[in-house]
Amino acid sequence: MTEHQRPRRETVTRPTPKSPQRGPVGAGRDIDEQTTLGETYMRSLLRTQLRLGLSVLALVIIPLAILPMVWAIAPGIGRLTVGPVPLPWLVLGIGVYPLLVLAGWRYVRQAERNESEFVRIVTRQ
Amino acid sequence: MTTTDPALAIGAIVATVLAAVVIGAFGNRVSRTTGDFYVASRAVSPGLNASAIGGEYLSAASFLGVAGLVLAYGVDMLWYPVGYTVGYLLLLVLVAAPLRRSGAFTLPDFAQGRLGSPRVRAGATTLVVVIGWLYLIPQMQGAGLTLRAVVGAPTWVGVLTVGVVVLLAVAGGGMRSITLVQAFQYWLKLVAITLPVFFVVAAWRADGGPEVLAEAPPQFGERTTVVMRDDAVLTLDDPVTVQVDGTVDETAQSGAVRFTAGSYAVQAGTELVFPAGATVPGTETIPSLSGGEWGFPLSNGQSEPLYRVYSLMIALFFGTMGLPHVLVRFYTNPDGRAARRTALAVLGLVGLFYLAPPVYGALGRIYTPELLLTGRTDAVVLTLPGALVGGAGGQLLGAVVAAGAFAAFLSTSSGLTVSVAGVLSQDVIGHRTASPLRAFRLATVLAVTVPVLLALAGESLGVANMVGLAFAVAASSFCPLLLLGIWWPRLTATGALAGLAAGGGLATVAVLITILVGPTDGWAGALLAQPAAWSMPLAFVVMVVVSLLTPREIPTGVRRIMVRLHTPESLELDRGANLTGRGGRWP
Repeated sequence: MTEHQRPRRETVTRPTPKSPQRGPVGAGRDIDEQTTLGETYMRSLLRTQLRLGLSVLALVIIPLAILPMVWAIAPGIGRLTVGPVPLPWLVLGIGVYPLLVLAGWRYVRQAERNESEFVRIVTRQ
Repeated sequence: MTTTDPALAIGAIVATVLAAVVIGAFGNRVSRTTGDFYVASRAVSPGLNASAIGGEYLSAASFLGVAGLVLAYGVDMLWYPVGYTVGYLLLLVLVAAPLRRSGAFTLPDFAQGRLGSPRVRAGATTLVVVIGWLYLIPQMQGAGLTLRAVVGAPTWVGVLTVGVVVLLAVAGGGMRSITLVQAFQYWLKLVAITLPVFFVVAAWRADGGPEVLAEAPPQFGERTTVVMRDDAVLTLDDPVTVQVDGTVDETAQSGAVRFTAGSYAVQAGTELVFPAGATVPGTETIPSLSGGEWGFPLSNGQSEPLYRVYSLMIALFFGTMGLPHVLVRFYTNPDGRAARRTALAVLGLVGLFYLAPPVYGALGRIYTPELLLTGRTDAVVLTLPGALVGGAGGQLLGAVVAAGAFAAFLSTSSGLTVSVAGVLSQDVIGHRTASPLRAFRLATVLAVTVPVLLALAGESLGVANMVGLAFAVAASSFCPLLLLGIWWPRLTATGALAGLAAGGGLATVAVLITILVGPTDGWAGALLAQPAAWSMPLAFVVMVVVSLLTPREIPTGVRRIMVRLHTPESLELDRGANLTGRGGRWP
């Protein structure tokens, strides 16, 4: 493929100084210019999103991680049955999946809210 | 064992392959530039994309392997599908949106773009190829097993079929057509595995609903002929009279032989006819388990069961995000928000699929116990419908699952091949050819040929097992690279490289030992067969410690990159350039 056939590369560039009114204002400029304030905004966004992610995961992974331990310490609990089906089959075979989707859904909703809040703060004059 | 009408099964498989080729060719008309080839120019809608990701993610390990493992080793194996799904949640929560926003096409792109080091790129490229091939081998072996189980063809036929179809589809159409093909294949797989469940359960009930968790180990329901494919040591707990045609304990036998309780070495090719009601003997790989040992957790007789469960959880939870074919899909979303929503939809689609396989594993204990003896438990999904639902209905269901299984091999193999070929063409072949398109096609040939040869040469280790090993390597290399790269600005190139070498390198060595020497007992065996529990934390620690020791290497543009990764696209901010690493070759 020769040079002129190559598809255009998409590049996001910073706004030119000739049109300052089109560039970011307020906190947005602080982020672009990497001032201390801008860094504070960024650190707070990262921290909020990471904390949200980890808390959702903790809610899912900690109970799951405890299960084998419980079954090892108290085998009787792993032998409980609901009708003819042992409880571990119901938990691992069916029960976890809706919980995982629910956790994922809650995460997506909250992460989008966090981002909207960030946009609101940054674009505030 | 051939309970499905071969003609019907072949028809269904050919239809699946044809559908892939036709949809692929249709997509090909739209794919004209290199960008189309790799990531469908990011013009794929979330619903289609989620189906395609689901189609790509549900591999032979999911379609055949999970049910096979459950049949052989019981409830502990349910951690496999749970792990595959939780892994996706981790991907959604920690990686999906930032990775899409990075603008990187491949993992090596991300590694180099984020850390500005060609050495890290080389390390990442090597690992993509290792993980991709490790994951491709069991797909090919699964195809061989399927064709043998349903039509009695030699193993190499299935392996070559998948190899050739994938080669044509990927080299011909690239990602755009693959997206359509894979979305179609998700729904085909879902129907193919779920539909027979209703019939199988109904047939089981009509049979009086025999106890799955009976106290005794599984028994042959009727007089059963078993042909041993490999040498095996059978362990009998009760005396039994078996019609033998072959070699037992190095003595040629032909006719009725009375076996007392004990162990017997049976040579490959020996035919054994067990009377109805005989207990299924245990083998070295699949012990004879009572209903309780099989049905209740941590009691299936494997060494260090608790360690194995935890290590498996770590490998699957943290390995998913490091699978190259899973990541490349995220670039087809228009923005970070869409990437998250797509990942959420995938979580639902994948979870829905995993409701079915355990049913096959459980009922297989009653109706296809001979698979325990031959070790071909991966075939239970294929043989159970025919064995349990008689007549034309059973034949039809058998053909449907065979088609679904082929869809699984094709879709996962295509996705893996695109990823492996992508990095090979970019980093290994790219500089030596005139056009990126030719480089990609050449790379595709290489990406398919190597695993096909390995699958033909290698001994099968069990489909889900092999895939588990690929996950362990991914969890110990790309997982820390992605998580620290996205969330920790102080990661350095030297730190990343050291972590990749320590975690990914040692996990690969452990995996190779397991494959070449075979599974061993005790702690050594458990540590080698399930390396993730030690190799994943090791990789994290090494990356963090070495990064802290080399603070001068922190890339100068890292703050700009963090803005790119984490701020919503709607904000007008300076994000620097896409993380495409070397650039040049990319559209």
